[in-house]
Amino acid sequence: MNLRRLPLTREIGLGVLVYLYVPVVVLIVYSFNANRTATVWTEFSLDWYRKILANPSIREATWNSLVLAAAAGIGSTLLALAAALGTKTRFRGRGLVEAVLNAPLILPEVVVAVATLMLFVAIGVELGMAAMIPAHIAFCIPFAFLPIKARLDGMNPSLEEAAQDLYANRLITFRRVTLPLLWPGILAGFTLAFVTSLDDFLTSFFLSGPGSTTLPVYIFSAIRAGITPEINAISTIMLIVSVALVVTSFLFGRMRR
Amino acid sequence: MNSAPSAIAVRSVSKSFGRGDAMVRVLSDVSVEIGVREFFTLLGPSGCGKTTLLRLIAGFEELDSGDILIDGVRVDHLPPFRRPVNTVFQSYALFPHLTVAQNVAFALELQDLPRAEVRRRAGEALEMVRMGALAARKPAELSGGQQQRVALARALAPRPKVLLLDEPLSALDLKLRKEMQIELKQLQAEAGITFVFVTHDQEEALTLSDRIAVMQGGRILQLGTPREIYERPAHRFVADFIGEINLLEGQVSGHGKVRLDCGAEISAGAGQAAGARVTVAIRPERARLVRGGVLQAEVTHVAYLGTATIMQLRLADGGPFLLRAAADDLPAIGGRVQVDLPSDALQVFAA
Repeated sequence: MNLRRLPLTREIGLGVLVYLYVPVVVLIVYSFNANRTATVWTEFSLDWYRKILANPSIREATWNSLVLAAAAGIGSTLLALAAALGTKTRFRGRGLVEAVLNAPLILPEVVVAVATLMLFVAIGVELGMAAMIPAHIAFCIPFAFLPIKARLDGMNPSLEEAAQDLYANRLITFRRVTLPLLWPGILAGFTLAFVTSLDDFLTSFFLSGPGSTTLPVYIFSAIRAGITPEINAISTIMLIVSVALVVTSFLFGRMRR
Repeated sequence: MNSAPSAIAVRSVSKSFGRGDAMVRVLSDVSVEIGVREFFTLLGPSGCGKTTLLRLIAGFEELDSGDILIDGVRVDHLPPFRRPVNTVFQSYALFPHLTVAQNVAFALELQDLPRAEVRRRAGEALEMVRMGALAARKPAELSGGQQQRVALARALAPRPKVLLLDEPLSALDLKLRKEMQIELKQLQAEAGITFVFVTHDQEEALTLSDRIAVMQGGRILQLGTPREIYERPAHRFVADFIGEINLLEGQVSGHGKVRLDCGAEISAGAGQAAGARVTVAIRPERARLVRGGVLQAEVTHVAYLGTATIMQLRLADGGPFLLRAAADDLPAIGGRVQVDLPSDALQVFAA
C-alpha cells in the first residue's frame, strides 16, 4: 500500500478532469459532426470549418479580434515593462503602486466596462476600435506585468552592476544586459495579454461599434439565433489558438536565465 | 613624505543605510590609504562594513560623507562606469546570455577599441586565466571554478588601475580555493595592479595579503601586515578573530603582575593599574609544555596532525587552553602537565 497517497486521490482527480473538460470535448467533437442539429451525431465532416472560412462576417470578426489583441498586447506590455522597471527599487508606496497595477484582476469587469462606456460616451469617443483598444490595454496590464516582474525579481542585481562596472552607462546597461535577460518575460507577458484580449467578451460587447465586432461578440450574437455546428467550429479554433499561445507563453517564461 | 598618490585613498568615509529608527550605520569615519600594486585585504565578520567599503570604491553606493580618491583623482561623485576600477563579484555576475568571449570583450567594446584589438585583448585575458579553450561556451556550461576564472578575466581585460574582489573564492570548495589563492597572487604580479580583496576568511587574508585591514562594526580596528596582525593584535577582537588564541581572564595584582582567574600569577600587564581586569592572550604555538611551568593543567584531548600535536587542556578553574607542540610530544589524556607562558608571547588587553 502506498502510504504517501491518500485513498481515492486518483478517482477524485479523474472526476474533476471529466467535470472540467467534458463540455469542451463535446464541443470539439460536434464541430466535426455532419448533422445540422448540433446535438445529434451522424458522421465526420469538415463542412463547418469550410463554412466559417467562407463567412465574411466571421472573417471580419477574426481580423478585428487579432488586431485588437495585438494592439492590446503591445500597449499593455510596454506599459507593464515600464511599471516593472519603475517598481524595481524600494520606495515609499511601492506596494500600493503594485496593487493598483494589478487591480484589473479583481475589479468586476462589468463595472469597469460600464464605467468606460459612460466615460467614452460623455467625452465623445466613438465606439469601436478606438474605444476597445485603450480599454483592452488597461485590463491586460496585470497579465503582462506579472511575468515581466517575476523575471526582473529573479534577476541577479549584480548583473546590472557588473555592466556598469565594465563601463556601460545606464542606457547601454539596459540595452545589452537588462533587456536581453528580460526578453523571455516580456514575450510571456505579451502572449498572456494577447490571449486575455482575444478571449474578452464583456468589455468588447459594451464598447464595440458597427463593423468592429470581435469574435466572442460575434459568437454571442450568433448563438441567440440557435446553437449551430458553425459556432462549435469557431470555438474550437479559438480554443486551439488560446491554448497554443498560453503554452508558448509558459515556455518563454521558463527559458533559461 | 611619499609624494606619489596612493592607488586608493579613503578619507573619513561614513555610510548609513535606512532612515529614522531603522537607520544602520555601516561605516563610521573610515580612512585608509592603499598603495600602488599592493594586495590589500579588508577582513572582518559579516556585517562589519567591508563589502560596503568595496562597493563605495566601485561606485555602487553613494557615501554620506568623506571622499574617495583613485590614483589621486576624486571619484566619489562619479558613476561606476567612469571609475578606473573593475570588480569581481561574489556571485561572479557573468552575463548568462553572452558567451565567455563576449563577457570578456564587454568592457573592451565599450572602450571604442578597434575590433581586432578587442579580440586580441579578450583572448589575452582568457589565456591569462587558462580559459582560452572555452571561449565559445555560455557561463551556465562552466563549473564554479571556471566561472570564477572568466570573471577574473573579464575584470582584468580593460586593464583597470585597481581590481576589486568581493569574496570571490567563497563559493568554491576548499581544494579549488587553495589553488585559486595561488593563482590570484600570480595574476596580481602578472597584471601589476592593485588588488583590493574582501574576505571573512582570516586564513585566506593571511596567505594572500601584503596588508590587511581588520574591520568590525564599521571601523578599521587594525591595519598592518599579516605578521603584525597575527603577532601583535591591537585589540582583543583582532586577536580572537585571527587564528587560534587562548584568552585568559585575570586581574592586575601589582606592578607588572597579573593574577589569572585559574590561580596562576604571571609577569604581564605592565602599565595597567592594580586591580584592573585584563585579558591575557597567547597563541597555542607560543605556549610551552615545561616541567615547573606556571599553569597547572589536565590533558583532555590530543590530536596528532603529523607536523604538530594540538592539545586541549583544562586549567585549574575549568577553563580550556589550546596548546600546539612538536609532533612527538604526546602526553597521555588525563595526565597532569605544566605550561610555561613566555612573557614575550603574551598580549594584554584591558577588559
